[in-house]
Amino acid sequence: MPLATIDAAARKGVLAVQEYAQLSGRALSNLFRRPFYAADLYTQADVIGVGSLPIVIMTGFFLGGVLALQSASTLTQFGAAAFTGQLVSFSMIKEIGPVVTALMVSGRNASGMASELGSMIVTEQIDAMRALGTDPLKKLVMPRIVATIVMLFFLVILSDAVGILGGGLVSVYMLGQDGSQYFHTSYQSLQYPDILQGLVKPIFFGFIISTIGCFYGVKTRGGTQGVGRATTQAVVVSSVLIIATDFLISRFMIGIFGR
Amino acid sequence: MSASGGFDLPGMPEAAPVLPPQPSLSTQSEPAKDPVVVFEEVSIGFGREPVLENVSFQIRHGETRILLGPAGVGKSVLLKLTNGLLRPDSGRIFVFGKEISAMREEDLFELRGAIGTVFQEGALFDSLTVRDNVGYRLIEEHVPDEEITRRATEALRFVEMEHTLDKFPSELSGGMRRRVAIARAIVTNPQLILYDSPTGGLDPITSTTIIELVMKQRDVAHTTSLVVTHRLQDAFMLASHHFNREKGAMEPLPEHQIDPNTSFLMLYQSHLVFDGTTRELVHSDDPFIREYLS
Repeated sequence: MPLATIDAAARKGVLAVQEYAQLSGRALSNLFRRPFYAADLYTQADVIGVGSLPIVIMTGFFLGGVLALQSASTLTQFGAAAFTGQLVSFSMIKEIGPVVTALMVSGRNASGMASELGSMIVTEQIDAMRALGTDPLKKLVMPRIVATIVMLFFLVILSDAVGILGGGLVSVYMLGQDGSQYFHTSYQSLQYPDILQGLVKPIFFGFIISTIGCFYGVKTRGGTQGVGRATTQAVVVSSVLIIATDFLISRFMIGIFGR
Repeated sequence: MSASGGFDLPGMPEAAPVLPPQPSLSTQSEPAKDPVVVFEEVSIGFGREPVLENVSFQIRHGETRILLGPAGVGKSVLLKLTNGLLRPDSGRIFVFGKEISAMREEDLFELRGAIGTVFQEGALFDSLTVRDNVGYRLIEEHVPDEEITRRATEALRFVEMEHTLDKFPSELSGGMRRRVAIARAIVTNPQLILYDSPTGGLDPITSTTIIELVMKQRDVAHTTSLVVTHRLQDAFMLASHHFNREKGAMEPLPEHQIDPNTSFLMLYQSHLVFDGTTRELVHSDDPFIREYLS
């Protein structure tokens, strides 16, 4: 690859990071400035939160179930099948619940945000909004960021609960384990740092999903093809960032709490 | 068309004196004579491509300036610079006496409240009804619902589209969308209206309807305006006709008359190559202008 191409690509990358930081910073600072678009916030909370309920419940339930199936077969070899509940709840609450829920919400909503804002860009609706005296970052971006963070937080809690329930049903009805023991070990083994880790992650993931979705949306160029490209990029980048951030948060939290 | 290849208006009078450009804004002058828009040596480019270079002109209160030029010359860019949607690389832009090229984006939102903009394709919000599109600014200002409906209907009546109040933009034709866009631009009685190719892509009959609306706004409300177009027939219709309120239609101006408040700007190869009256335009010796008008 010629040096000029590498140089141009590096510049483009740095510029994109700078623009992303600016967009995120401005959108967040708008949280404390009037006007506050409460109606848009409720609409987005409904679209992002309530609209994602079916996929989050389904994936959470089956993930819990498959975790119970896989872990029970391994634990049985060591005579530790009784710890299935503990393994499922640990995995769901600390890792799988937040990450998979975030990936599901990203696939559904980061793409939605990028395509919606991208379409508005290519049809000059964003320019029209600015020309009519409305700040698109306040009206369009800020409600999406707040709604995604808040709703993802609750979706992850729901996914964790449904996952543990799914694991319980599999343990009891397919593996013949004792239900009371399953739920008892699930509950007893959990400590506050585990819960905290599981609740901190969706805050970061929600921020990533919404800001990446909006960033690629408002940076859309090139008509309908550009909208398609922005949608794909938003999902890919937000998914990779979610997994990378998950690693960093896990390392950080384990460093602090030792588990 | 004239024998020289240029457009000739019937009974064209001798040139009306061109107002001398003012070096800077004066707060002492009469408000009616204050320039509403001032461009001072404005340049902008995208990447390494210069789009506008050292462009300077003024629009005075009550004037209609028609910006001509071939496609892709930077007419829409100039219009977006005027309401601060783009920022110049160098030079200064004043609107209502305020230097918008030095204002923060947050401060520009308030100023834009006094500017109406009609975008090339209308740029209506596709998820809002016509009523909410036209009343968008009023909704943002938390005006009561009944008042929004009344004012939106009034603006839509001006463009003869009051029957579309509950429709969505996707249910309207291209010409109807432009008319709704004009209604949205005028609903708050702005002091300046910017039209970005309001007739682009429309059939001749619909184009005439749109030009009539631009003229109606000029002659009824006397709003200062900047009209971007590459259609000469639209430009010269604005210069040679006026809106008759009694008849409710446009009509040609009497013999030997052109609209004194309508004048022209022309862009070519990043530069402003013409700034003057209708007569000066049609009698210009500039080879490009002669070719453009032919």
